Amino acid sequence: MADVTNDPMALSADAEAPRVEQESRWVTVRRAFRSAPLTAWFGMVVIVLYIVVAIFAPLIAPYDETEVVGDSFFEPGTLMFTSDTVEDGRAFKKDLTTHFDGVIERLEINSENMRDIFITSDAPEKIFVKKFVDDPEWGITPQQFDSFAGELRTYLAPHDFTEDALELGTDQIGRDTMSRMIYAARNTVGIALVTTILSFTLGSLLGMLAAVVGGWTDNILSRIVDVLMSIPQLIFALLLLTILGANVINMILVIALLDSTRVYRLMRAVGMNIVVMDYVEAAKLRGEGLWWLIRKEILPNALAPLIAEFGLRFCFVFLTIAALSFLGLGIQPPTADWGTMVRDNAQLITFGQPVPLYPAAAIALLTIAVNFVVDWMLHRSSGLKE
Amino acid sequence: MSDDTILKIRNLKIDGKTGDEWLPILKGIDMDLKRGEVLGVIGESGAGKSTIGLAAMGYTRGGCRISGGTVDFEGTDLVKSSEAYRRKLRGKKIAYVAQSAAASFNPAHKLIDQYSEAPIQHGVMSSTDAATDATELYRRLQLPNPDEIGFRYPHQVSGGQLQRAMTAMAMSCRPDLIIFDEPTTALDVTTQIEVLSAIRDAVEQFGTAAIYITHDLAVVAQMADRIQVFKLGETIEEAETRKMLSSPEEAYTKSLWAVRSFKATAKPKPPADEVPIVELRNVDAAYGATPVLFDVNFKIHKGRTVAVVGESGSGKSTAARCITGLLPPTKGEILFNGEALPAGYRKRNKDQLRQAQMIYQMADTALNPKQRIEDIIGRPVGFYLGLSGKAQRERVRELLDLIEMEPDTYMHRFPGELSGGQKQRIGIARALAADPQFIICDEVTSALDQLVAEGILRLLDKLQIDLGLAYMFITHDLATVRAIADEVVVMQHGKVVEQGPKVEMFQPPHHPYTDLLLSSVPEMDPDWLSNLLGARERGEIVDAKTAGSADN
Repeated sequence: MADVTNDPMALSADAEAPRVEQESRWVTVRRAFRSAPLTAWFGMVVIVLYIVVAIFAPLIAPYDETEVVGDSFFEPGTLMFTSDTVEDGRAFKKDLTTHFDGVIERLEINSENMRDIFITSDAPEKIFVKKFVDDPEWGITPQQFDSFAGELRTYLAPHDFTEDALELGTDQIGRDTMSRMIYAARNTVGIALVTTILSFTLGSLLGMLAAVVGGWTDNILSRIVDVLMSIPQLIFALLLLTILGANVINMILVIALLDSTRVYRLMRAVGMNIVVMDYVEAAKLRGEGLWWLIRKEILPNALAPLIAEFGLRFCFVFLTIAALSFLGLGIQPPTADWGTMVRDNAQLITFGQPVPLYPAAAIALLTIAVNFVVDWMLHRSSGLKE
Repeated sequence: MSDDTILKIRNLKIDGKTGDEWLPILKGIDMDLKRGEVLGVIGESGAGKSTIGLAAMGYTRGGCRISGGTVDFEGTDLVKSSEAYRRKLRGKKIAYVAQSAAASFNPAHKLIDQYSEAPIQHGVMSSTDAATDATELYRRLQLPNPDEIGFRYPHQVSGGQLQRAMTAMAMSCRPDLIIFDEPTTALDVTTQIEVLSAIRDAVEQFGTAAIYITHDLAVVAQMADRIQVFKLGETIEEAETRKMLSSPEEAYTKSLWAVRSFKATAKPKPPADEVPIVELRNVDAAYGATPVLFDVNFKIHKGRTVAVVGESGSGKSTAARCITGLLPPTKGEILFNGEALPAGYRKRNKDQLRQAQMIYQMADTALNPKQRIEDIIGRPVGFYLGLSGKAQRERVRELLDLIEMEPDTYMHRFPGELSGGQKQRIGIARALAADPQFIICDEVTSALDQLVAEGILRLLDKLQIDLGLAYMFITHDLATVRAIADEVVVMQHGKVVEQGPKVEMFQPPHHPYTDLLLSSVPEMDPDWLSNLLGARERGEIVDAKTAGSADN
């Protein structure tokens, strides 16, 4: 060791590279998974479950999404509407018959005073009779009809839909809730995924373009995004869908466009930090084109925050779709969709029926699961220790 | 041990968490510090210097833990003491001066308010007393306008002043121990002198004990009474400063001492009629409306190294940006082999881009962390020379051999799996991959430890001889200039103040600014700072003020 000066490599830090074994990507991934917290595991299991259900929906679901299988449960809202406008006994009778089709064998309304309603069913009691004596006009008010409906439900209870071995019962027109839930996983999650991918492609490409090129390109793009962001998203989406027409394609395009503004902002900010790096300068000075800079130099380094944002954006898109469907401008019936299912069955909650809670719970569970996973990824990518 | 021992560290072990494992950072350190003594702690990065500095306050960084040993401060073991007790000590009895003062000050408060924080917090002084005291300390630390400077915000004072203000802040409670963690590393040589002398005087006046952490031997030689050499979490050697400098015992210490011995191979002067590879002619440049370069002229010949020196803000990096075309000059032209280059890099053709390559200061940001080494080096090979597949891989292997790195080991690694010196070598290989005639080296060694830096300089010298490369070597470190330059260009305030062959430049008479730069480079002589300050006071050598005004 006397002539150390002649051999600086022996002592320099050059000689002490971190001893990293050439481990495959698979090993790294496996290690990452092993150290994942319980919440992340929960989230991943739930997401995988949803994906499996969505892919194999036709095999898992007992019935088709549009198939009417059970006894229908009338929807008071619809009936109230009818009873309000019905002018004569015949229409009213027809209305009732439609709604109690299959349950009621014979329904008679005294067409003279319209005050006596006779319903025959195959229930043990056989005959249900209700007399309306108060109404001079045609015998029934909406309020009375509500109470009538309640009584009728009690009467019909022995052969209620929930008995049909369809675990979650049927919806307002007798379609199997379970089957519709399963198909909705396919529709809602699928559409949300497509929308999110679309908004990411658009937002991140433009964001990177703004970061790399800068100047006027950046200014124009950013101002457009500012304008789009200044209008409340849901109201803007409603407006656009009303103008363009409510169908799935339009909805995907509108939500993707509005959501891409957020992605643009993120990508531009992340990109700005990467563009100033010396390796990007080196690539520019090498004479590399814009596409190379975006694809090879910037994108790989922006991937971690982008993936995390993807998870969060997916949740938002998904909730927006549910909200739009709930408002009637999203996925249109008879296609099953959790948002629509909540809306259509919302009234049943007043009758002690948990049916609208199931799709709501499905939305909540997936949102939480995705958030858990995203949280874990963010944690990893930001390199936080404890 | 006698009573005047203030800090006694015994067998201190600290672990850091890497992935799932705890790896040792400090492997059983002993350290003693007497009242009023200055202990220099020296070592390369990763030696555990900063960790021991923080541990002296009973503190560890997040993700670290003290796994054994004691830190005895004035008779109390800080490892076992309560957090409340430690908090009472910090700022009052023990203070800390960090490397980056700019990052350590709160930008939203005035200096004097931040100064008063600790004394008021610890109930030592009232706020008016603290303000008076601050002015007094600012004066002792030779800050300009001591009565007013405290009412400025951190961004309104210079880096050197900020570092002194931070030292003043650390001294506000007259602590018994101050820990200086590389306080002058981020400063220019001329500023460093001011801060060093201010710190030394203040420590002497108040009889404060200090731990002075640095990687610069010459600096520690000026500051410390005793030096402790660290390597990989262990003490290698410990001795009085003079003894340590004159007769180091361990091989590692000797190698540290010998670092500045490297001298590049001398090259003959180019023939007078040779066309230089790069020539700057009357170049002016501006950032927006702010002019930064004024009439810059210099030439770089084949196979020769031109070192461009100056303080930060002198325009040396801007000159490089003009050459690469990132900042098109507002006036003048840049000639390459006698032909004028288009001003902006976008207008240059592939061959023009290929001929001039660049090596960056921070190898960390110069290499794309998501690309493997073979791709980083392979891309210019493919892009400029059109090689692909096997031919490209072969060329990458040749290049790795050239920079003395084993191809099989490193080809498939990511930059994150390399040490600092190795990353810088990859940066060199990427530049070489383009097969250039000219390479700009922008502070390529200043982020590296001295031993590693020397390895890089040796490599650059070897490559220059083998490949006939011309270098433009941007640096603020005159020791590096001495080692590698053939010609020197001295820049100040965007102008070239002096240029010529190295041998002439290091011989008097100098331009006053060159003189100031040269005399400010610390030497390995413990009396150097005292002698220099004495000489400057007597007017034998110019000091900063006269040199600065001489030019304007």
